[in-house]
Parts: sequence; structure tokens; C-alpha cells
Amino acid sequence: MRLAVLDTEKCIGCQSCMFACSRRQGDAGLSQSCIGVRSIGGMERGFTVIVCKACYDPPCARVCPTQALTPRKGGGVRIDPDACIGCGYCRDACIIGAVFWNDETNKPMICVHCGWCADFCPHGVLGLQKREAEDAEQ
Amino acid sequence: MLNNDPLENILYIDLSKRMFKVEKRRDLFEKYMGGAGIAARLLHEECPEGCDPLGPDNPIIFAVGPLTALFPLASKTVAMFKSPLTGNLGESHCGGRSAVAIRMAGYGAIVIKGASNMPVYISIDGNQVYFRDASSLWGMGNFSSGRIIRENETGAGLRTIMRIGKAGERLVSYASVTSETFRHFGRLGLGAVFGSKKLKAIVVSGKSSLPVSDKKIYRKIYDEVYKTAVNSPVMKKYHDLGTAENIMPLNDFGGLPTRNLKEARFEGASGISGETFAQQYLGRRLACSHCPVGCIHIAALREPYEDESYFYKTSMISYDYEPIYALGTMLGISSAADFLKLMDRVEESWGMDAMSLGVILAWATEARERGLISEKETGGVELEWGNVGEYIRAAGNIVSQPNDFYRALARGVEYAASIYGGENFALSFGGNEMPGYHTGPGAHLGVLIGARHSHLDSGGYSIDQKTLVNRKMRPEELVDTLLDEERWRQVLSSLVVCFFARGIYSPELVTRLLGVAGFELSTDDLQRIGREIHSEKYRFKIREGFAVDSVRIPERIFETPSPIDWMNESYIKDALKYAQKTILG
Repeated sequence: MRLAVLDTEKCIGCQSCMFACSRRQGDAGLSQSCIGVRSIGGMERGFTVIVCKACYDPPCARVCPTQALTPRKGGGVRIDPDACIGCGYCRDACIIGAVFWNDETNKPMICVHCGWCADFCPHGVLGLQKREAEDAEQ
Repeated sequence: MLNNDPLENILYIDLSKRMFKVEKRRDLFEKYMGGAGIAARLLHEECPEGCDPLGPDNPIIFAVGPLTALFPLASKTVAMFKSPLTGNLGESHCGGRSAVAIRMAGYGAIVIKGASNMPVYISIDGNQVYFRDASSLWGMGNFSSGRIIRENETGAGLRTIMRIGKAGERLVSYASVTSETFRHFGRLGLGAVFGSKKLKAIVVSGKSSLPVSDKKIYRKIYDEVYKTAVNSPVMKKYHDLGTAENIMPLNDFGGLPTRNLKEARFEGASGISGETFAQQYLGRRLACSHCPVGCIHIAALREPYEDESYFYKTSMISYDYEPIYALGTMLGISSAADFLKLMDRVEESWGMDAMSLGVILAWATEARERGLISEKETGGVELEWGNVGEYIRAAGNIVSQPNDFYRALARGVEYAASIYGGENFALSFGGNEMPGYHTGPGAHLGVLIGARHSHLDSGGYSIDQKTLVNRKMRPEELVDTLLDEERWRQVLSSLVVCFFARGIYSPELVTRLLGVAGFELSTDDLQRIGREIHSEKYRFKIREGFAVDSVRIPERIFETPSPIDWMNESYIKDALKYAQKTILG
């Protein structure tokens, strides 16, 4: 299963998903969020939802010098925070911007596709999706 | 309050010296919680008695609350300042990303003092504060200045950009401050205070974590609030048609001010109803940060270019009940497209309070009808009901101020009528132009005695529609009912909870939510704090010369029958006399 952005046109920009992701880790606020919602150059044009798309050969893991990021079965990565030295290569490697940064710990925040945020999306913009077999063979 | 909550930090910025400092004011937050309570206290501290609202001594205070970024719907920023429109307490609330951004930057409040000698904007990113040259932004409208600041600053998705348009730069007394393109500190002229300080904009961003007293309880209560916000019938109207839903019911009720309140029903109401906007123009819905309701309704207006075929301009324009009343029914405008054209200029280019502007243009139109002013004053603008093109020209003149007449209009209807006459139909209360309710004595008394002369001070229009249609209240009972509500709303606005959520944020729920933020308060404590904050605001008003029993009552509200047919002048005057005795009692 992976978290999918189903229809950004229905996103109202409430950012409930971002707060949910941070809350799942324990605290209130936003520093621990692994998902981002921002306008496409002004709210009049609507929003983009940025989150890990669960690559099968994730560039973020390929550039990690300490193996803190390792490919996860079904796409995406697992993170071992103890191994991470906070170099930020993963953030540069992810050109969709889905490696978020926790400035308080100086470590990356990457979605683990748990689907918690989708439960707090009021308009079904987010959902957990089963991946197609041929997709998995890529 | 929890030990490591950054709420206690107040950021003080001095525009004259281009300096800033942070002070911890834990005692203050423990006493007043945040928002309106903190801001009222800081206004007392920072605003010298009798200061010029457009002088460097007038402070701008922004405050958020302990529930901001913890729970949904606690997403308003309260601004306080001395109002250039009323010369007294200025308080205005705005959503967008403003409150969450200020809280995430690590502050409970921001105080801005002094004045710059050149246009600047302030960039606040966590504990970094920068003063940026805004010379090249001066003269720009809300969309362009927002776009340029967006491109020059970091923090996309995590920031607020609060900015003024030309009306603020030109010191129009009811200029607004816009955040996130479509939300506003609309009322009482914060935009002119920005302009007087040569402050074009403030951008604030941040992304921190906040402590809670118990993580398990936090998640559980959060789920409860979230589910109620999404499913409750009391929130339904805000996300479906939005506040524009009120047009038809108020028209049927006979409480919709029309053509400067010469009438209280509008024959063209269906052309600008919430249903019409939704069916024909609704292009997008938006939400403030951390609000799953999403009440913000944006119309898409597609207009062809007249001089070249196959070229179209599509504008995104926000609409709500109050602007539709002020720039629609009050001006006799019955076409949704015409309303949107005017609203677009007001919101995008000029940045001024749509409510005040509509009431002022309505007064000017009637003054022209009655011959109090002539073409000489209007500079050739033909003020007539429903003529949107001429209203756009008139509003543009209020911003550019080519003569004494438009300079007077730029100071509000109270001032304009004091020069040109027509006070009996100059619809302002305590110096603030009236909101869209001629529902009865609840509405009018509510804005007369309300600390900021806003319909949202006590929601008196709702008492008219729900209670007074069925039974009469003595003036004393009505005043007590209004004051009780206004005092409770001080609690909500100190927690910066959106008033649209007042139906779900009950005193009991509020005490539980505050427990998560480390505030151990009972419902009795909340009532006491509400009273104290209300008194604090009123003490400021009295210090600055306000007396509730000498406030001007425009005769027009008695000339045009309201649905509560027993309302008359002696009733309102009796109520004001009682209010004078009881407000600080």
C-alpha cells in the first residue's frame, strides 16, 4: 500500500494532513510532518500536495552515505535516524521535494505510507492505494 | 501553561530604529490566555493616551492563542491598534495562514512600533527578523506584491504574507490588510496604520513542534473536535454555500439593508444570492490553516476583452455575505458579475474594507439624490443606484483623493456627513460603518455598545431572528444578553477560535482543550476572564473618550421598519443608558 494523492483540485489547503502527520509522531505543530501542502503560486490557482510517491529505486536512498535510508518493500524508504548524520543529500536528490526536514533534529522526515493523514482529509484528496502488479515489476 | 511552550514569547519590532527583541511574558499569557486578551493588555501598555492613530506611537499588535496549531479552528490572528476610522479601540481578526505561521515562528504575539522613513516589508522566519526595502512594491496591488514577496522569501506553505494595497498607502481610514490573497484584517483601518508606518507587508513563517500535556489525551480530544467540525450541522452552512447563504433568508425576513437602508428588502436579491454565486461563479473553495471546514468561497469571473476577440480575463474573487450586502444591496447592484467587478478592484488593487466602502458610497448616492452634493463634489462621477462603472470610478477617487469631497469620503461616513450633512442617513455606529443587518434592536444595539462596533461582537442579529420575533425583551434584558455573549466571545477570541465554530467550542470543551495546553481553568474561570478582557477593552475606549450613552444613532434605522416592529428610539436610548451604568459595573 502507498499513500496516493488522488485529486489535488479538491484540496482546500486546510493542512489537516500536515498536522495529522506531526501529531502521529507525538507533538502538536508541524516540525515532524512528512507531507506538505502549498499553493501553486497564490491561492487563486489552488494547491499542490507534496509527499513521497514511494519510488521503487529511491534516489534518496541511493545518495545516502550512511545507509540511514534503505529501500522499503513496496516502494519508498525506511529511515534509521541513529545512522543519519543530517547531510541533506537525500533532500537534494528528491526533485519532487518530498524529503522534508526537521530543523529541530536536523534530520529528514519522509512518509512511511501509514495513511494516518488520509483519515483527516475532509475531501478525499488523499487515500491509501494498492499498487498494480505490473507497476511493482518496474 | 506548559513550561516549554513558545507562546510566552513576544516579538517587539521597532520600525524607526530597525531593531527587534524578544521578551518572555508568561504571566500575561497565564492571565489572559492569548489573542484579544493579550492584545488588549499590550495595547494599554504600548499605546500612549490620545496618540495620533497615524503617528509613529500607535502600535500594531498581533496575537494568537494557546490552541493555535494544536486544534482545528483556532486559526485567527487578532490585531489591535488605535483605529484611524473611529479614533478609538481598533480590533480586527483575520484567518488565512496568519495565526498558525505566527505560532510556528515561535511567538504568541508581535508588537510593531515606530515608523520607517522609506517603504519596507518585514520578514520573520523563526527567530530571524529582516527589514527589506519595499520601495519597488509601493503602489502595487495585493496580487502583485504578494507574488513578488512569495518569490523572494522562503517558507512556501508555511507562511503568511500580510500586505496593504493603495488604500493603505494613501491612508484611507478604512484600508484593510490582506493575507493569503483572500483573507483580511478588514475593519477599522489597520491598512492605514501600516501605510502610516511605510510598512507594505509582513511575511512570517516557521515550522516548530509544540508540547502537549498528554499525548494520548491530545489525540483523543483532537479526533473528537475534528469529527464535530467536519460533520456537525452547525458548520454545514459555512462549507456549502458559505456566508452568502444569508442573502435570501435575510431578504425574506425584511432585514436586508438596501439602497442606504431606504428599504430592508431588495427586489434584485436573487441575482446576488449565495445560490446564484454557487451555481454560476463558484470556482474554488479554500480553507484557513488547520480548518477542515473551508468556508472561503472564490468566484471565477470570465470577461471578454472588448477591443480584441478571443481574449479573456479570468479573475478569482472572494465573496461573503457582508461584502455582497455592502457593495451589492446597499448600492442597488443586482447582478453577480457587476458585484464581482467592483469587489475585484476593492480586494485586488486597493485593499479597503468592503463594508465601510459600500456604506459610504450608499450615503454619497443618497446625498447626491437629495442635492447635498453636486457634480462639483463628485468630479463628474454619476452616483446612481446600480451603476457599477460609476461606483468603480468613485471608489478609485476615494483612493487617489483628487478633491476635498473624496478626501472626506476617505475618512469615513461619520466624518463626511459632519461636513456635507445628511447625518440622519449616515449609517455608522461608534464611527464604524454598519454591517448588513436591519433585523431589529439586537443588531443595532449590539454594534452601538460592542467594543469594536462590529456585528460579531455579540451577534445581536441572531437574537432578533431567534428570540425577539417571538417575545419582547425589556431594554435591560437585551443589553444583559448582548453583554453576556460579548464577554464569552472574549474567551473565544483570546483562544483565537473562529466565531463560525462558536457552536462547537462550548465552555466545557474549551476547558478540556486548554487542559491539553497546560491551562487548568474551570468554566467559571473562563467567564471571569471574559469579563476582565471586556472591561480591559472598555477601559481603553473610555480613556480615549468614548461614552456609550452619547453615541450617535442614525435616525434612518427608525424610519425604515425592521422585522421587530416595536423597536423605537426611546427603547434604544433606554438601553444605552442602562449599558452606560452596567458595562464596567
